[in-house]
Amino acid sequence: MRQSQLSVSFLKIGLLGFGGGPSMVPLIHDEVVRRRAWLEDQEFGDILAIANTLPGPIATKLPGYIGYRVAGIPGCIIAVMAIIFPMIIAMVGLLGLYSRYQGVSWISGMGQAVLPVVMVMMLQLTWDFWKKSRDTLGVPIGGVMVLSAAVLIYGLGLHPALIIVFLLASALLLPAKLPKRG
Amino acid sequence: MLYLSIFLAFFVPNIIGYGGGPAIIPLIEAEVVGRYEWMSASQFAETLALGNALPSPIATKMAGQIGYEVGGVTGAVIAVLATVAPSLLLMLAALGLMIRFKDAIQIKRMSQWVRPVVVVLMGLLVVSFFEESMAASGWMHTALLGGAAALALMKFNWHPAAVVVSSLAYGALFLG
Repeated sequence: MRQSQLSVSFLKIGLLGFGGGPSMVPLIHDEVVRRRAWLEDQEFGDILAIANTLPGPIATKLPGYIGYRVAGIPGCIIAVMAIIFPMIIAMVGLLGLYSRYQGVSWISGMGQAVLPVVMVMMLQLTWDFWKKSRDTLGVPIGGVMVLSAAVLIYGLGLHPALIIVFLLASALLLPAKLPKRG
Repeated sequence: MLYLSIFLAFFVPNIIGYGGGPAIIPLIEAEVVGRYEWMSASQFAETLALGNALPSPIATKMAGQIGYEVGGVTGAVIAVLATVAPSLLLMLAALGLMIRFKDAIQIKRMSQWVRPVVVVLMGLLVVSFFEESMAASGWMHTALLGGAAALALMKFNWHPAAVVVSSLAYGALFLG
């Protein structure tokens, strides 16, 4: 019973959630806290905060954990599958069609025209992340970090993973009181 | 060997990627386009455009599609597992501990400190999409489409799917 409720709920969230994981969080909250009452508001907030401090996509961590809470391991698997599976199939199908007819000129025109749009969408995301950096780190520190990261990655060709792992390790290991002003 | 590469190409971005699916996209691009050279930047952009037009999480759609492209159904399953499983297991295993320490400054600043790097990676992706588009369609179409998309998304709050579909129509009519 609960398993079928889980699959219906997360199927719905998956089909309604446009714009990537973070934009789906309010949908998940609405379904899980308000409609199904599987979690209290407070608990959802805690889980969300923790999910945000862990790496990986948010829109699979939350459903996975909530599914587990509601119906154990099967619940976890059902919730994650329900939210991701239908659109993976749609994606593979549509791109398969696209590459089959890529030689057709109006179809390759579609591929070209979409490039500037993804560029703008990515620019929007870049700006969102900069605003978040600015709000938490302040303009001077955030700016210096952006510039140094740019020099290391673009200028020196360092793999981004190295820089991120270094930053994560410093964040964890450096003492809590740092002489820094935001 | 191929399956191991697929696993690593999605495991690495997702285990170091803080800030949800969209923040992971540039890291996936670094692996898939930069390191393993499974696709070109413009193929990646096309995949991303379609992914943005469809609902559900972006990181898993990208993993499923690219995994399938590179290694068939098995490749898709491996890529999706590498995306979803590690962070989810971490979450299930560490939740008790994390609830105790969630307000610790060390934990909080992990995602804060990574964010500027994500800004740079996303910015570089913007530049590469720009270069691809200039090469494919020239500056006039790029400026027109980019400007129209920026207005539609930011000023008129169009749905991303509507913007993608309109650009597809434009491409079919004028760039064919």
